Amino acid sequence: MTAHGPGGPPTAATAAPAAVDAATAVAHAEMAAVAARRNRIAAVLTTVMMIGYFGFILLVAFAKPTAGHLLAGGRVSVGIVLGASVIVLAPTLTAIYVRWANRHYDVAVRRLRGGRA
Amino acid sequence: MSAAAPAAAPAAAAAGGSSLGSPSASAIGFFFLFVSITLVITYWAARRTRSTREYFAAGGQLTAAQNGFALAGDYMSAASFLGIAGLVSMSGFDGLIYSVGWLVGWPVITFLIAEPLRNLGRFTFADVLAYRLSQRPVRIAAASGTLTVVIFYLIAQMVGAGGLIHLLFGLSYRTAVLIVGFVMLFYVLFGGMIATTWVQIIKAVLLLLGATLLAGMVLARFGWNPLELFAAARDRYGDAVLAPGKLVASPLEAVSLGIALMFGTAGLPHVLMRFYTVPDAATARRSVAIATGLIGWFYLVTFVLGFGASVLVGRAAIGAVDPGGNMAAPLLAEALGGTGFLGFISAVAFATILAVVAGLTLSGSAALAHDLWNHVVCKGKSPEHEQLRVARLATVVLALMAIGLGMLFEGQNVAFMVGLAFSIAASANFPALLLSMTWSRFTTRGAVASMATGTVASLVLILLSPTVWVGLLHHDAAIVPLKNPGIITVPLSFLVAIVVSLIAPEPDARAAFPGAQRRMLLGPAAELPDQG
Repeated sequence: MTAHGPGGPPTAATAAPAAVDAATAVAHAEMAAVAARRNRIAAVLTTVMMIGYFGFILLVAFAKPTAGHLLAGGRVSVGIVLGASVIVLAPTLTAIYVRWANRHYDVAVRRLRGGRA
Repeated sequence: MSAAAPAAAPAAAAAGGSSLGSPSASAIGFFFLFVSITLVITYWAARRTRSTREYFAAGGQLTAAQNGFALAGDYMSAASFLGIAGLVSMSGFDGLIYSVGWLVGWPVITFLIAEPLRNLGRFTFADVLAYRLSQRPVRIAAASGTLTVVIFYLIAQMVGAGGLIHLLFGLSYRTAVLIVGFVMLFYVLFGGMIATTWVQIIKAVLLLLGATLLAGMVLARFGWNPLELFAAARDRYGDAVLAPGKLVASPLEAVSLGIALMFGTAGLPHVLMRFYTVPDAATARRSVAIATGLIGWFYLVTFVLGFGASVLVGRAAIGAVDPGGNMAAPLLAEALGGTGFLGFISAVAFATILAVVAGLTLSGSAALAHDLWNHVVCKGKSPEHEQLRVARLATVVLALMAIGLGMLFEGQNVAFMVGLAFSIAASANFPALLLSMTWSRFTTRGAVASMATGTVASLVLILLSPTVWVGLLHHDAAIVPLKNPGIITVPLSFLVAIVVSLIAPEPDARAAFPGAQRRMLLGPAAELPDQG
C-alpha cells in the first residue's frame, strides 16, 4: 500500500500536441488508480464498521443470553464489553483512515495536481 | 464488595431535597454567562459576515480542530446527553444500544462522504447532486429532503427543550420555547455560520468537560474502576441491568433502526453543511475524525453517568422527578457536586439545545436561499446581497416556525420525529448523495425519484407504524409492524434510483462524470486542462 501508482510523474512540460495527449492519458490512468485505491480502502473500512455494528445489534437481538453472559467475576457482561468495543472501533477506524490518507493519499493527490500545473 | 458504601450514600439526594426545577442562582448565573459570551461572539461574527460564503460556510477558513468540535457540538443533542444517561440509569445495558447507534454513522461520513462533498459543493449537499445532474429538479428534491429533515428535527428539539428547561429551571414550557427560539434566531440571523460555529464549539467544550468531570466524580467513588460501578448496579438491580432488556424487541426492528441511524447521520443536512467551513478535503477529513473521537468519548462517558445515577441517585428518585429518566444526569450532578454543579450542568444542557437548533436552522436557510431561491428561482443569477437578504429572511421564517410548531406540539410525544428525521435523511438524502458521487450512470430522474421515494415512504411507513398509528392515533394494531422503516426505505430508495437511472439513461450526466471524479479527487482549486 505504500507505493504509488505505476509510471513516473507526467512529463508534459514542453511536449508536442501528440505527446500532450499521451501524457494526459497517463495522468488520467494515474488519477483513476488513486481514486480506485481510496474507494477500495473506504469500502473495506465501511464494511468493517458495518460488520462490527450490525454484529453487535444482531447479537443483542438474537442471542440475549450470550450478550448478558457475565464476565470478570460478574462485574461486566459480554454485551457491555462488545458495545464499548464498537464505540472504540469507530474512532479507531477513522484514525486509521486519516493516517493512511494523510501519508499516502494526499501525497498522490499533490503529485497529480503538481504534475499538471 | 467495595461498592457497598457508595450504594448507601444517595439517600440524601433521593429524599426529595433536590433544588432541581427551581431556578437556582448558579443555574441562572451560568446561563446568563453563556448567553452573554455567545451574544458578544455573535456581534463579532456579524461584522465578519458580509458574503454568502461567510454566512453559510464561515468563509471556509476553519481549522480541523475548530470544525471537529463544532461538528460534535452540532450533533450531540440534549436528547442524547440527558436521554441516554436517563435510559441507562433506568434500564442499564439497553441505553448502550442507542449510544452505539448514534456514533456509527460518523465513520461512514469519514470514509464515503466528507472529502468528495467538500470538493464538489459550496454550501449544501444539493450542490453535489447538481454538479452533473440537472440543477432545478435535483435542487428542488434535495431542498425538500433537507427542509423535511430540518423541520421534524427542529420540532423534536423545541418540544424537548421546552420540557427539559421546564424540569431544569422551572420556567414555563412556552417561555422556554420562546427563549430558545429567539436566542437561536439572534445567533443565526446576525452571526450566520461563524456565530453558529462558535456557539457549537463552546457548547461541545462545556458539555464534554461537564460530562467528563461528572463521570470522574462517579468513578472516584468506585476506585476508578468502571467494573466496580457495574458490579454495584448489579448488586442493587440484579443481573438484568447488565443484559439486553426490552428495547430490542425484534431483530428486524433492531436492524431497521440501525440502518436508519448509520446512514441517516451521513444524510443530515446540518452535519453535511459543516464540511464546507474548512479550506480543503484534507481538513474536512481531519475534522470529522476529531468529531468521531469526541462523540465516541461522549457516549462512553454518558454510559458511566447513567450507571452512576442509577447507583448513586437511585431509580426511584430519578423516576419521581421524570418518569422517562431524563433528569438522571442533573440529579447525579447535584448529588455529587451540589447545587452549583447542578446549575452548571443545567446551563450546559440549555447551551446544547441552542447549538443544535442553530445548526438546523442555518441548514434550512441554506436550502431555501441557496438551492431554491438562487438556483431554482433565479437560475443562479441572484446577486450576492439579495441571496444574503433571502437567507436571513429564511432564517427568521424558520425560527418563527420552530417556535410556533414547538408551542403547537406542547405535551405531545414527538420522540418519533427524531426517528423520522433520521429515516428521511437515510433514505432520501444518503442514497442520492452516495450514488451521485460514485455511479456514472446515475441520472436526474433517478435522483429525483429516489429522493421522493425515500421521503414519502418514510412518512407513510412511520404514519402506519406502532408509534404513530397505535400510540398517537389509537388504532388497535399497526399496519406496519416496524417502529423505524429504515430496512425497507433505504434499500427501496437505492433500488428506485438504480432502476430509474437504467431505464432512462442521461448521456450528459454520464459524460460529466469523469470531470466530477477529477474534482472530487483534486478539489476545486485544480485547474486541469480539459480534454475530449
